[in-house]
Amino acid sequence: MSAAGLIGLTLAEARDGLAKGDFTAVELTDAYIAATERARVLNCYITETPDRARDMAKASDARAAGERRPLEGIPLGIKDLFCTKDVLTTAASHILDGFKPPYESTVTSNLWRDGAVMLGKLNLDEFAMGSANITSYYGNVVNPWSPGEPGKWTRTLVPGGSSGGSASAVAFGAALGATGTDTGGSIRQPASFTGVAGIKPTYGRCSRFGIVAFASSLDQAGPMARTVKDCAILLRSMAGHDPKDSTSVDVPVPDYEAALAGSVKGLRVGIPREYRVDGMPAEIDAIWERGKAWLRDAGATVVDVSLPHTKYALPAYYIVAPAEASSNLARYDGVRFGLRVDPGGSLIDMYEATRGEGFGREVRRRILIGTYVLSAGYYDAYYLQAQKVRTRIAQDFTAAFEACDVLLTPTAPSAAFGIGEKMDDPIAMYLNDVFTVPANLAGLPGLSVPAGLDEGGLPLGLQIVGRPFDEETVLRAGAVIEAAAGRFRPAFFGLG
Amino acid sequence: MSLDKATVARIAHLARIRVPEPDQEALVGELNGLLGWVEQLGEVDTKGVQPMASVVGAVLPLRADAVTDGARAEAVLANGPETMAGFFVVPKVVE
Repeated sequence: MSAAGLIGLTLAEARDGLAKGDFTAVELTDAYIAATERARVLNCYITETPDRARDMAKASDARAAGERRPLEGIPLGIKDLFCTKDVLTTAASHILDGFKPPYESTVTSNLWRDGAVMLGKLNLDEFAMGSANITSYYGNVVNPWSPGEPGKWTRTLVPGGSSGGSASAVAFGAALGATGTDTGGSIRQPASFTGVAGIKPTYGRCSRFGIVAFASSLDQAGPMARTVKDCAILLRSMAGHDPKDSTSVDVPVPDYEAALAGSVKGLRVGIPREYRVDGMPAEIDAIWERGKAWLRDAGATVVDVSLPHTKYALPAYYIVAPAEASSNLARYDGVRFGLRVDPGGSLIDMYEATRGEGFGREVRRRILIGTYVLSAGYYDAYYLQAQKVRTRIAQDFTAAFEACDVLLTPTAPSAAFGIGEKMDDPIAMYLNDVFTVPANLAGLPGLSVPAGLDEGGLPLGLQIVGRPFDEETVLRAGAVIEAAAGRFRPAFFGLG
Repeated sequence: MSLDKATVARIAHLARIRVPEPDQEALVGELNGLLGWVEQLGEVDTKGVQPMASVVGAVLPLRADAVTDGARAEAVLANGPETMAGFFVVPKVVE
């Protein structure tokens, strides 16, 4: 098979082709290394690791047939928020200059244990704070769906964020799959913007050990890939209990791929009426309607439900997440790793100079908000009230799940927008996550699946949200939409 | 509640982030915009509602109080911007 042909395979197809001996892991990895080079114009990788990839692929090819692992020889990109032993890990921040972790994150350890191959570290918003991948110290990531000639785009589109490098790489074919993290929508929104599938599992499903922390009660890792089935395969390897993360939950990890074989007959699909927001493009509404029809055709029933506190989810998020971030990011002080700026004064002068220069504007803004809402005299009014509202939001979901088994919503209120748009007003940017944030606040699993293209030819996703630890039903419902909608690929793809 | 420039300077110091004077002015507007926006949380009736402590109702596990890791000074120091004789070096804190 040609190198361009190899890039066209899904992860499941590549896995099966490798197992049958149709091609080798080295051939597949070499094709992907060539694709990462062609993708450089998208700026999706911060660090490419082709030598390591070839070594891992060779080791895969050397395995006896009886010793094959679940992801044997599958080339993946890793969001640069996951610590990878001896490989530069930046969180897309200047403040982590030169940081090479002496340990490996649990999620990436699980992937290498299962035979996957590392292509490199993917770009993101600085410390995963952003919805457009325009806050990275390593530059903006470009969405491969941008119209015009590659590099001379007539409109340069954002890939969404914060897992923008992961989304862009998967959509282009510069990785067969990728890891993402999702604190308020950072897997699902970029998946929607780039026409790929991505799932944020239940909080506690994947270990957070070795993932650079943003907001610890919201952060969760998950896979991004070209199909729902590919996500199912990756999630099974990524998930699992880890004694190194006290919030990782000790429940069995199901065979998600096998779960896709089930039917959605009788499944009750809830449509939350509060998700119909003002100013949402008619096309998104139309795709939502189509999604309902597809699930109905497959035997599901569609019911209206109410999540009355939905409008308070974003403001609650913008208290809780910055508060936790201000605490988590206190560790970057120029003493133990990364950047140090020493103006030649006191220790505090050194801290202030290092953090003043090392953090970008969005990260700085969030640390300051977080510091303020946690400061003496304001804690009850802001943080405590936000955590109580969060309880209300979680109760809304519990009540809704008495009437339905999954929720169907749009993933994002718009298609991908241009770099430079929505820059002036932070709140306008935050509204990107209006449909995704509630699932983080309540810890629920959420999948974005490509559902169609808008009039401008840009992908739009639908979101399925499920009960805690019921990723199987979420994936099954997503697969129904995928089968009906078809798959979407940008003109600028792979090796051409 | 409304922030002024002096408050921005104070929280920047609390957060140990040097914020140049001209940026402080811009941050007053940005932070006030955000705080005004989140003010709507006050509308929610939270009487008798417990603040969320764990999203999936998980109980933190206990483990034996035993040393499970350690003796890795070299690895711990490997990324330090300045180290000496097994220590991180920082500007003088005691006169």
